[in-house]
Amino acid sequence: MTEPTDISPEGDSTLIETDYEIGQDNISTQIGPFNLDVHNPVFLISGLCIVAFVFFTLAFQDSAGPMFNAMRVWLTSTLDWFFIASANVFVILCLVLVVSPLGRVRLGGTDATPDYSYSGWFAMLFAAGMGIGLMFYGVSEPLSHFSSSFADNAGTPDSWAPLGGAPGDAEAAARLGMAATIFHWGLHPWAIYAIVALALALFSYNKGLPLTMRSIFYPIFGERIWGLTGHIIDILAVFATLFGLATSLGFGAEQAAAGLEFLFGLPATETTKVFLIIGITGIALLSVVAGLDAGVKRLSEINMVLAVLLLLFVVIVGPTIAILSGFFNNLVAYVQNLPALSNPVGRSDANFSQGWTAFYWAWWISWSPFVGMFIARVSRGRTVREFITCVLLIPSVVCVFWMTAFGGTAISQLVTDGVQTVASAPLELKLFAMLQELPLTQITSFLGIVLVIVFFVTSSDSGSLVIDTITAGGKIDAPTPQRVFWCVFEGLVAIALLLGGGLGALQAMAVSTGFPFTIVLLIACVAIVKGLMSEPR
Amino acid sequence: MYSHIMVPVDLAHADKLEKALQCAADLAKLYQASICYVGVTASTPSSVAHTPEEFSKKMEQFGQEQAIKHDLSDVRSASYISHDPAVDLDDTLMRAATDTGTDLVVMASHVPGLLEHVFASNAGYFASFSKMSVLVVR
Repeated sequence: MTEPTDISPEGDSTLIETDYEIGQDNISTQIGPFNLDVHNPVFLISGLCIVAFVFFTLAFQDSAGPMFNAMRVWLTSTLDWFFIASANVFVILCLVLVVSPLGRVRLGGTDATPDYSYSGWFAMLFAAGMGIGLMFYGVSEPLSHFSSSFADNAGTPDSWAPLGGAPGDAEAAARLGMAATIFHWGLHPWAIYAIVALALALFSYNKGLPLTMRSIFYPIFGERIWGLTGHIIDILAVFATLFGLATSLGFGAEQAAAGLEFLFGLPATETTKVFLIIGITGIALLSVVAGLDAGVKRLSEINMVLAVLLLLFVVIVGPTIAILSGFFNNLVAYVQNLPALSNPVGRSDANFSQGWTAFYWAWWISWSPFVGMFIARVSRGRTVREFITCVLLIPSVVCVFWMTAFGGTAISQLVTDGVQTVASAPLELKLFAMLQELPLTQITSFLGIVLVIVFFVTSSDSGSLVIDTITAGGKIDAPTPQRVFWCVFEGLVAIALLLGGGLGALQAMAVSTGFPFTIVLLIACVAIVKGLMSEPR
Repeated sequence: MYSHIMVPVDLAHADKLEKALQCAADLAKLYQASICYVGVTASTPSSVAHTPEEFSKKMEQFGQEQAIKHDLSDVRSASYISHDPAVDLDDTLMRAATDTGTDLVVMASHVPGLLEHVFASNAGYFASFSKMSVLVVR
C-alpha cells in the first residue's frame, strides 16, 4: 500500500504525551495579499517591544545609553563569577556526555538518518556560530592580550592582562595572549551553543515538542510552558536574537565601510554604511526566500571554502613553521592555563575576567537562542556523541588553528619583524593591516571583505529563519512573507540605530539578556540529562 | 488515458481538499488508474505529527480512508521529508511525481491573489514546470 518514500523508520524514541497541538495558539489570517500564520501573542508582543525599545533609545539617548551600559557593566562585574562558573558547567556536561553511555542516544530516534552531510552541516553551524567574530578578533584579540601581558604594568589592578600577564617577557606574553584568546573562542562558547542546540534537538526530534525555546522547560514546568511562562521565554529569545543581529549588522557595516575606505578609498560615510546594510539585507532576503538548502546552506558552504582559502594563504605565505608548531604550543598553553582562566572566584585580574571573559560569556549566551535553534534545526539524525564532537570539539580545534594563524602571524610581525602597522591600526582594520604585510594584499583584503559581508548574510538569513520559527510557535512551514518581514525588520532596526545613534546602547541591552539566558541554560542542562536518561540508547 | 494519478495532500488542511479528492477519485474510476496520495513534512514536529514516521503512518491511513470512501481499488500513499517546506514544497512534489511514475497530478489550489505575482502558488509553479499533466482544482 505504501510507495517508496524518503522516510525511513526512525526506531525508538520516547515522545512526551501532551494535549498541546503545535500551532493551536496560532492566528492564521490574511492581511492584504499576505498570508500569516503567527503565534499569539509571541509575534505581536515581541514585535511591539522591539519597536518600543528602538523608539525609547532614540528618543532618550542621553539616559538610555548610559542606563543600558550601566546594566551591562553591573551584570558582568557583579555576576562575573556566575557567568564563568555556569560556562564551566556547560563545558563539563558536554565532555561528560561524550564519554558517557548517554552519548549513544540518537537525535530523532535510534534508527534516524542524518538530514545533512558532514560538510554541509559543519559549514552551516560554523557560519552561524562565530564566522564573523573570527574575522574581526582573529588578529586583534591575541594582539590585545599580548600587549597588555607584555606591558610593564601587567599584574597591577589597572592592567587588562590575563592572569597577571608576563611583563617584559615577549615569549611568555605571546603564549598567555594566545591561551586567553583561545579560551574565549574555544570550548566554552561552543559548549554554550551545544547545550542550547542539544536541548532543543532532543525535545523536538525525540520528544515531539515544537522547535521553540519554551520546549526545553517541559521537564520543569510541564504543561505550563504553553502559557505565560513559555511566552516570556520565547519573547526574550526573539528580543535577544533580533537586537543581537541588528546591532552586529550596524557595527559590521561600520567595520566593513572602514575596510572599504582603507582598501579602495571609498569614504566611510553614513550613506555607504546604509547601503552596506541594505545590500547585506538584500542578499539575506534572496537567501531566505530561496530556503534553507538553496540559500543558507549554499552560502555557508561558499563561505567555508573562502575562509579555508584565506586561512591556507596566511599559513603558507606567513610564518608557516611558526604557525604549525605554534598550533601545538598554543593548544598546550590553552590546556595549561585553562584551570586558572576559568576559575570563577578570587581572581586578581578583575579587568580581564570581568571586562573580557564575563562580557564574552554574556555575549555568547545572548546569541545562544539563535545559534542553538539553528544548529538544532540541521542536526537531526546525529548521535549525542557525534553532535558534541562536531559542535564542540572540532570547532574548538579549528578556532585554535585560526587564532594561531591570524593572531600568531600578527604577533610575530610585531615581535620578530618589529612592524608596528598592525599594532597601531584601529580594531576594525587590524585584519587588513596584517594582510598588508603579506604579498597579494589587494586580493586577500578583497577576499577578507567578501568574507565579512557573506558571514553577515549567513547570520542575517539564519537569524530570520529562527525568529520566524519562534514567532510561529515552532512551525517551520509558516508562509514565506513572514521570514521576509523579519529579515527586513532587522535591517531597518540596524539602519535606525546607525543613523539615530543607539547601536552601543542596544548592544549592551542585548548582552544583558545573557543573564536570564544563563539561567535558561542551566535549566537546559538538567532537562538534557533528564531527557537523555529516558531515551533508548 | 491516464494510469497513475498523484494527489498532493496537506494533512493539516485536508478539509479544503474535498473537491480535488473527489475529482481524482472520479478520474481514477473513469480510466481505471491508480491513485497515490503524497504528503510532505518537515523533520521537526508539526501540528499533524510528532515525527516523520508518525506522519508516514497518517498518510497511509488517509489513503485507506479515501479508498473506502470513494470505493477505489488501487490506492497508495507516499511521504516525503523537506528541510524547508515553506520553500521546497514544489520541488519535493516534483520529485515525488517522478518517483511514483505519475502521469496526471490532481491538486487543489486557492484562488490566486496579488501575491502570486511575487511568490508563485504551488499549483501554478507545478503546472508550469512539471512534465506530466496537471489538473488544478479551485
